[in-house]
Amino acid sequence: MRSPDLKRWREPATWKEAAYDPGVRAAVFQVLLALAIAFLAYEIVSNTIENLRKQNIASGFGFLSETAGFDISQTPIPYSSKSTYGAAFLVGLANTLIVAFIGIAIATVLGFTIGIARLSPNWLVAKLALSYVELIRNMPLLLQLLVWYVAVLRTLPFPQDALALPGGGFLDVRGLHLPRFSLDSGGGILLAVLALALAGAWWLKRQAGIDREAGQTVPTRAQRVGWGLVIAVPTIAVAIAFAASSVSYPVLGRFNHEGGLSIEPEFLALVIGLSTYTAAFIAEIVRAGLQGVPRGQREAAAALGLSRRQALRLVILPQSLRIIIPPLTNQYLNLTKNSSLAVAIGYPDLVSVFSGTVLNQTGQAVEVILITMAVYLAISLATAAFMNWFNKRTSWAER
Amino acid sequence: MWILLLALVGSEAALAQASSQTLDTVRKRGILNCGVNTGLAGFAAPDARGRWTGIDADFCRAVAAAVFGDGDKVRFVPLNAKERFTALQSGEVDLLSRNTTWTMSRDTSLGLNFAGVLFYDGQAFMVRKSQGLKSVDELAGASICVQTGTTNELNLADYFDTRGLRYKPVVFERLIEVLAAYQSNRCDAFTTDSSQLVAERTRLADPENHEILPDLISKEPLGPLVRQGDAVWSNIARWTLFLLINAEELGITQENAGEMRTSPNPGIRRIFGEGSTFGRALGLRDDWAVSVIKTVGNYGEAFERNLGQGSPLKIERGRNALWTKGGLMYAPPIR
Repeated sequence: MRSPDLKRWREPATWKEAAYDPGVRAAVFQVLLALAIAFLAYEIVSNTIENLRKQNIASGFGFLSETAGFDISQTPIPYSSKSTYGAAFLVGLANTLIVAFIGIAIATVLGFTIGIARLSPNWLVAKLALSYVELIRNMPLLLQLLVWYVAVLRTLPFPQDALALPGGGFLDVRGLHLPRFSLDSGGGILLAVLALALAGAWWLKRQAGIDREAGQTVPTRAQRVGWGLVIAVPTIAVAIAFAASSVSYPVLGRFNHEGGLSIEPEFLALVIGLSTYTAAFIAEIVRAGLQGVPRGQREAAAALGLSRRQALRLVILPQSLRIIIPPLTNQYLNLTKNSSLAVAIGYPDLVSVFSGTVLNQTGQAVEVILITMAVYLAISLATAAFMNWFNKRTSWAER
Repeated sequence: MWILLLALVGSEAALAQASSQTLDTVRKRGILNCGVNTGLAGFAAPDARGRWTGIDADFCRAVAAAVFGDGDKVRFVPLNAKERFTALQSGEVDLLSRNTTWTMSRDTSLGLNFAGVLFYDGQAFMVRKSQGLKSVDELAGASICVQTGTTNELNLADYFDTRGLRYKPVVFERLIEVLAAYQSNRCDAFTTDSSQLVAERTRLADPENHEILPDLISKEPLGPLVRQGDAVWSNIARWTLFLLINAEELGITQENAGEMRTSPNPGIRRIFGEGSTFGRALGLRDDWAVSVIKTVGNYGEAFERNLGQGSPLKIERGRNALWTKGGLMYAPPIR
């Protein structure tokens, strides 16, 4: 870095000298650029408003409190056709978040498994993992979604001929129907006990820390009480909750399976497609991360007498995480954004419900698209922020 | 948001040009951009040679004929239900001739104007014959496929809601996806406008195994739209439509349109610009009406060719017959 020549900076001898000063020049260009961008933004906004006004298109966000009038097939939060467009927006948002969350969870587990399998000494396992990665990541995602939806799930039988699953579930062209456990009054008890147990665990951990500081090595009193808590409390809680809860099984009605928990094929196809696709990329990231750990670490682990599995779990994987996490964040963001392909297979995500149906029923294109963009930006930034925090936590303290 | 508001207040009222911007643009371009369905037999669908056919496509040709005297000066822009209004609002198309239901909200809040009714329709349901259903009310608990962003989606919710019946909506963006979902048993019923069901049924692998329930649950007056705020262009679309209907009533056909200029009926002579200035009042040539009728024929001819007995759909005239024959087709007089 150039050491700042403060004297010269404060008092440029002449205007000419100032004009040749790199600092002054940079500042002038920055200001010019900022002005140009501000002007462009102003032009776009005022132009849009003028055009909307000329065409008598209603603008503003008032439409969000109007009645929607249409139904949505999957509503994780209460919604009916009498709800507002704002509620429809929330349903779409919730559906997007659910798909993203479950998709990320599955993709991570699958991706790590396959990434580790790629480096397996077992030739067959390694080649299978390689084929998976090459096959899946080289095909367009949209195509894969359609394959899952049209070629796989659409060929399932009618509800009348549904495949019976063990435990009272059914699988048919209308989706997966599972028994649903309703916790009823049991839910409250379960939650209360769990909260109590968590608080107890936290206290015990603190206690244990204090004991360890004091040089205790044998199981402390706190630990012994802890084991009792860990085993006994959840058992009792679950038993009480079960006694106070009910199960509803899916039963074939005139057209569909009624009751129980129904998972629609659109959701299944989207989650399967997104997670298997993203898993292929995560697998490559994991492989690169594992290979990025110096060979010496592996040898050192072996020298300590650790087995391959132990070496991987205790030595290699923790170190590789700092290489894995930054690109992994990108994959999480990709999965979330790719979930908007839901529109192709009729899953009611944010894009489908809000910038699809709501936009079409209200005609408020500018507002709807603005909100949608803001939401995706917010989700992405939040994911990135969380992963950055996590990255910082797992990275080495530089010495 | 306050920036938007400030800009809104601050901008001066630069409106009110009497001339037709759309007409000028279309003339300068030399071709009419006309938004149509992405493919709906009888209304707008490309035939084997890639030529757009159907009554909506014919209306595009009629307007092109009125403007240019040549019905082929049309560029057809296929639009799905979701894209259609934005395409018209943004100027991507000059005219939307795409089986769109005339509703108050669409007429008042989208910055668009309906030119009239080209086809009176109603929403119906198609089901598999094997289910042995007699009426829509028996569909309680069924999965029902519907296209998103349509009035059908809203009517469906209203109908089942007012009767306290449950159903599972399965929505898709394009009609072809809705049909595919219905065909693969993803849903028990497929609902849309009755005429569309007739057309879509012909595309099924086994049309004979499917039936359309007799109930109609809504009014669906379908008509062409233009942008609001261009009265001249609006007039052109509206009176082209009225011309087609009046022509049928007066017995003017594609064949006799040329000789009708000398008809003993002064009303007919007026339509064709003999001693009248109707064309000029629209901003067009005086012989606009001859071009229109020579291009697509009168309403009845266009109907029979595209939807009626001359087509695979064989839809009855029914409500779409002239008012003189017990139907609803009634156009204000050209005089």
